[in-house]
Amino acid sequence: MVDKSKVGLSDEPSTMPVERGKIREFARACKSTNPAYVEDRTPVSPPTFLTTVNFWSRADQSPLARLDIDLRRLLHGGQEYVFHGPPPAAGTELTFQTRVDTIYEKEGKRGGTMTFVETVTEFRDAAGTLVAESRSTAIETGQPATKGS
Amino acid sequence: MPTWDDLTEGAAAPKREYGPLTRTDFVRYQGASGDFNPIHHDEEFATSAGYPSVFSVGMLQAGILGCYCTDWLGADNVRRFAVQFREQVWPNDHLVCEATVARRYEEAGERRVDLTLLVTRQESGGAAIRGEATFVVP
Repeated sequence: MVDKSKVGLSDEPSTMPVERGKIREFARACKSTNPAYVEDRTPVSPPTFLTTVNFWSRADQSPLARLDIDLRRLLHGGQEYVFHGPPPAAGTELTFQTRVDTIYEKEGKRGGTMTFVETVTEFRDAAGTLVAESRSTAIETGQPATKGS
Repeated sequence: MPTWDDLTEGAAAPKREYGPLTRTDFVRYQGASGDFNPIHHDEEFATSAGYPSVFSVGMLQAGILGCYCTDWLGADNVRRFAVQFREQVWPNDHLVCEATVARRYEEAGERRVDLTLLVTRQESGGAAIRGEATFVVP
């Protein structure tokens, strides 16, 4: 079960370089051949690229990882990215920090009570300016999924 | 790329079809994104959790939708992109992406459009993703 006392929990700030090769790999995995991503020498990142922050988070620090969610019952409910200008471009170094913003429950149609956990990650450039934010909604279902859910 | 005059409320991007999605597509996305939840590539793990097979990473179809939008209105111009995941996406599914201008306005000296986004599974006719986005229009 998700421990609701973890609201407000955050990790220490970490850094993430935005890399050209990673953008190219990510764009191709998303079935894009847009030259803005795969040919430009300093491409901007695709709208969902900041999910690759996974590679730069310290696993033992991730607030979500510290909530003891059962992977068999974990669903991704939604995801939002806000950019305060063009998306970060290759060559940018971002500092990011994630916090548990809210935890709440809803009754599911099947599978009992569902627990929703919303985490927010802020991304800042070298000058400390907030350039992007992401909000992720994770859902822990009440029981493992059944066919058709 | 469409101009400000083209982007009236109700204007839509050409629909685009993707698929059939394969397990290789899932694995490739997991490698690119760093999300290695085994439920998307480990058949034994997925079936032990009650699923008929592995299923796609929600963020893969979100990523496809995001790039579909920036192909239309420009990689530099996205300011918000938000998705809610609905039906799960399975191996061999075909997806159709759609984007429609819901609102056209000026804010803080910039021309902007809000889009309504949809990813449909051809196999069921149901929505895999509903979403919204905001773009500036230079």
